[in-house]
Amino acid sequence: MSFLELDRVAKQFGTQTVVDDFSLTVGKGEFVSFLGPSGCGKTTTLQMIAGFLDPSRGAIRLEGRDLTVVQPAKRGLGIVFQSYALFPHMTAAENVAFGLEMRRVPRSECRERVRATLAMVGLAGYEERYPRRMSGGQQQRVALARALVIRPSVLLLDEPLSNLDAKLREEMQIELRQIQRNLGTTTILVTHDQNEAMSLSDRIVVMSQGRIEQIGTPQETYERPASAFVSQFLGKTNDFAATIDRTATPGRLIAGSWSAPAPAGLAGPVTISIRPERIGFGDAGLAAKIVTRIFQGNHWLFQCESECGSMIVIRQNDGQKQPAEGEAVRLAWRPEDMSLRRTGDAA
Amino acid sequence: MSAAPTTDGRDARTAWLLTAPALMLFVGVLVIPLAMTVMLSFHDWGQYKGIEPVFILKNWHEVATDPYFAEMFWRTARIALLTTLITAVLGAPEAYILNRMSGRWKSFFLLVILGPLLISVVARTLGWALLFGGNNGLVNKLLMSLGLIGSPLSFMFTETGVVIALAHVMMPFMVLSVWAALQRVDPQIENAALSLGAGPLTIIRRIVLPQIMPGVLSGAIIVFSLSASAFATPAIIGGRRLKVAATLAYDEFLNTLNWPLGAAVAVLLLVALVLIVVGSNALIERRYAEVFR
Repeated sequence: MSFLELDRVAKQFGTQTVVDDFSLTVGKGEFVSFLGPSGCGKTTTLQMIAGFLDPSRGAIRLEGRDLTVVQPAKRGLGIVFQSYALFPHMTAAENVAFGLEMRRVPRSECRERVRATLAMVGLAGYEERYPRRMSGGQQQRVALARALVIRPSVLLLDEPLSNLDAKLREEMQIELRQIQRNLGTTTILVTHDQNEAMSLSDRIVVMSQGRIEQIGTPQETYERPASAFVSQFLGKTNDFAATIDRTATPGRLIAGSWSAPAPAGLAGPVTISIRPERIGFGDAGLAAKIVTRIFQGNHWLFQCESECGSMIVIRQNDGQKQPAEGEAVRLAWRPEDMSLRRTGDAA
Repeated sequence: MSAAPTTDGRDARTAWLLTAPALMLFVGVLVIPLAMTVMLSFHDWGQYKGIEPVFILKNWHEVATDPYFAEMFWRTARIALLTTLITAVLGAPEAYILNRMSGRWKSFFLLVILGPLLISVVARTLGWALLFGGNNGLVNKLLMSLGLIGSPLSFMFTETGVVIALAHVMMPFMVLSVWAALQRVDPQIENAALSLGAGPLTIIRRIVLPQIMPGVLSGAIIVFSLSASAFATPAIIGGRRLKVAATLAYDEFLNTLNWPLGAAVAVLLLVALVLIVVGSNALIERRYAEVFR
């Protein structure tokens, strides 16, 4: 069921293509994140939905109606900006009430909705505060309340949490998700933080250089990255060369002294991609030496020098004895945990 | 504990010692001449006897009662106020438009606006005289030869002329002041208002203007005080016929040679300006304290 639809949207500035061939359908009530490094076109795409920029090509539809012909002021979307963009000369309540005033909502209803929305974001009692007298987290909540009070058809969040410190950001993530679930507002989040995208979204759109690399649930994009870019960008990953030997029957996939039955279809040189937490230390497998060992509380991070180059391994701190620095180990993993690409293929 | 007072004492001495040169300069070139001017305003003066160092209220009485002086001061206030109003009404939008321009044009037009500050006020004011000065003024000549006007536009020696020329001279101060205020405005804030359903006029009136108002007001204070005490422009455009406080004081000092009366005029101008500036500054600070400090 498509609620918001972007159909082959592209944006060019001069000769430079910033967003190209962007197609996405968002269901009602869905939480979708645009994830990518800075300059990947995610904010540009958000601004085209908001109407601050016009797409060079393609269509944006909301409930089947063309959105690009609608003035930004008439689109009825709620937006939270990275800088919050609160009105500094208005109190929290006046900031939140602004959108309702523009809609000529009767005064008594307006007051009630402002009160309820501020209470929802945990700012009851802060009505008369000016933004300058509030902390970053509180300003963030005012910005969210201001965007939500107009009951937007779509909520657009432009890196809303990036100015908060790590602990506050985590709290806000949980709160944001709860508010969004309760209201059922269709939400699009722009972020460069993979943890934020994964913990908040129903689906993630991974972008790179103006193009969509992959659309999928957080689990899909993490477990089955569609490209080397996605696997590198989402979490840590080990990429290394292996070969498939078809001379023997059945064929073998060989990486150094590690080998497994070859999967069907592929032959010759391939690249293995495997997450560090899926590699274990065993009696047989890829020969390696621990170079450094870093303790990170709930897990250990090992930097290893193996037959197939440098690799990282993450082990849960489950109380088991862990190998020491300089120790020779064998790295092993289950074939279903890795993904294989023909060497030279970008995707 | 016992060492603290001596250290404090030494620190205070060092502070005084270090600021002494600047303090001496300040006292020597500002405080002493100012005090002498104030004292001068209480001295007597006669055509043949010159300045008599006595303490009388003659000059102050004259300034306070003679309608001639009242007219001068009202004119000064009127001209300064109108100039301030014109620079605010034209300068604030100018700064806003400038701020919205893209990179290269912005720096070019900023230069155009600030450039005149590099040219002497006298030269800039004389430009107006060249354009509008009686029958020989370029603009007057052109308009008359086109048959648009029968007689030259009166510009020289009129209050209108002084106000226009002063507004031209003072414009950069207003634009700079508003520009500085605009730098502090979040560039996304207009988009935020737009997304909430505000039209362009509402955005200017409800969102942009309140935020740059402190800039407009501090620009107004600068322009008002500079205009009220301006000398060159009123002297050239207004001449001897249309005097303002500054040219009046000048004439008393250098033409009539009645220094005490000139001193009284100058001191009154200074006191009035200080009161107006300090008063309005306090008002502005109180009005915007909650929001901007």
